Amino acid sequence: MQRQSNQADQSSQPSKPSTQRNVRLIARLDIKGSNLIKGIHLEGLRVIGSAQEHALKYYLQGADELIYMDCVASLYGRNHLAEIISQAARDIFVPMTVGGGIRSVEDATQILRAGADKVAVNTAAVANPDLISRIAQRFGSQCMVLSVEAKQIAPGCWEAYADNGRERSGRDVVAWVKEAVALGAGEVLITSIDREGTRKGFDVALVQAVTAAVSVPVIASGGMGRLEDFSDVVSNGGADAVAMADILHYNRASIGEIREQACRSGIAVRHYVRR
Amino acid sequence: MCAAKVALIDYGMGNLLSVQRGLERVGAEVHVTSEPEHILSADRVVLPGVGAFPDAMDELERRGLVPVMRTLAKQGTPLLGICLGMQILFDVGLEFGETAGLGLIPGRVLPMPKVSAQGDLLKIPHIGWNSLHPAGDSDWQTGVLAELESGEAVYFVHSFMAQPQEARFSIAHCFYGGIPIAAVVGRNKVLGCQFHPEKSGEVGLRVLRGFLSL
Repeated sequence: MQRQSNQADQSSQPSKPSTQRNVRLIARLDIKGSNLIKGIHLEGLRVIGSAQEHALKYYLQGADELIYMDCVASLYGRNHLAEIISQAARDIFVPMTVGGGIRSVEDATQILRAGADKVAVNTAAVANPDLISRIAQRFGSQCMVLSVEAKQIAPGCWEAYADNGRERSGRDVVAWVKEAVALGAGEVLITSIDREGTRKGFDVALVQAVTAAVSVPVIASGGMGRLEDFSDVVSNGGADAVAMADILHYNRASIGEIREQACRSGIAVRHYVRR
Repeated sequence: MCAAKVALIDYGMGNLLSVQRGLERVGAEVHVTSEPEHILSADRVVLPGVGAFPDAMDELERRGLVPVMRTLAKQGTPLLGICLGMQILFDVGLEFGETAGLGLIPGRVLPMPKVSAQGDLLKIPHIGWNSLHPAGDSDWQTGVLAELESGEAVYFVHSFMAQPQEARFSIAHCFYGGIPIAAVVGRNKVLGCQFHPEKSGEVGLRVLRGFLSL
């Protein structure tokens, strides 16, 4: 964070209006109970610490959005997130997307009332795609994020998984994303199970396949190891936003450093200088 | 200084929690209300709103709040409309037909252009962070944006945009696809912002603080 102010001049581009949309830097928090956790390939979950403390830290570093994902909600059919979100909404004033265990319009209502701005749905939508339409009709498409956990099954071919990467859905990722967007999903969070937690870089081909298939914003997730991976998935994958976890949780880079790197690579990001 | 008493109007158009928390964070004492007498006696009033223009006007009418809003403007109570709450400050909205608005700021609300200045297709709704720039010769030295610098970014989610009848009602705009979009508008003490200050981080909180110090 301390380096942010040194770099402020470099990253400021205030007066020339850009036609590019700002790529969003999103901190992703995977949650189990009240803890922030992190796995590899969405498995072997390790406790990182307090969800609230980390969320606040990323907010103050200048995260454009936060994503909260309850990793065991689908498994146990419950959701602790409302409480965590309600607490977060006291101190955090950027958009929050919340997923994990949302099975109905009522679940979505509860999460949004707690202070979330969008809900992310995977397992329940795979089982019952109509839920996508019902949430989009009730709250608007901008509120309905389709969360897809993808595993490569052949070159250029990925299968969508449910239950936090535990269950096969039998659905082809690209076909499923198209169907879900037609039903009203306003954004897609695409997580590569193969890359998640590995620091090996994003599955750019996967992200590219998804961004080419739909016109709604796509959030790339899973695999950010180095600062360069960010520009790779944006420039070559067409990602509209990048979700990051491991690189932030283990203090390998701050949001500020990632923002500077994006600017140096010529990627439009939010102009942000912390006062 | 005593905490500014802010009436946050609850008229069934979206979640008020974040707006309330944002106002409280910058020192306001917030009363969430739809009671005319509470609204008319407040130091300041915030009109939020997420949804469609005609629904918002219906809901205000149903609660007898349309004349209340006009009285606020007449008596000079600082009023801040946020997002749809900004759009309905204008004379007329063109979302699902033509609907009369509150008429507190002359102008109309139109669908956003679908094509950029360069002729590329634009993604609608306009969602995300975008920089604010002074509109015309608007001066941010005083007023709601006193604590902001040109180029600071805030969070937008919208498909329609306001078109003030006269340039003097525009305080700030952002550019989307190279096209200027009204971001902050005002006439006397009636102000509106198209973006969500309660979701725009520290920059957004400075906008709310600017409103409280009007």
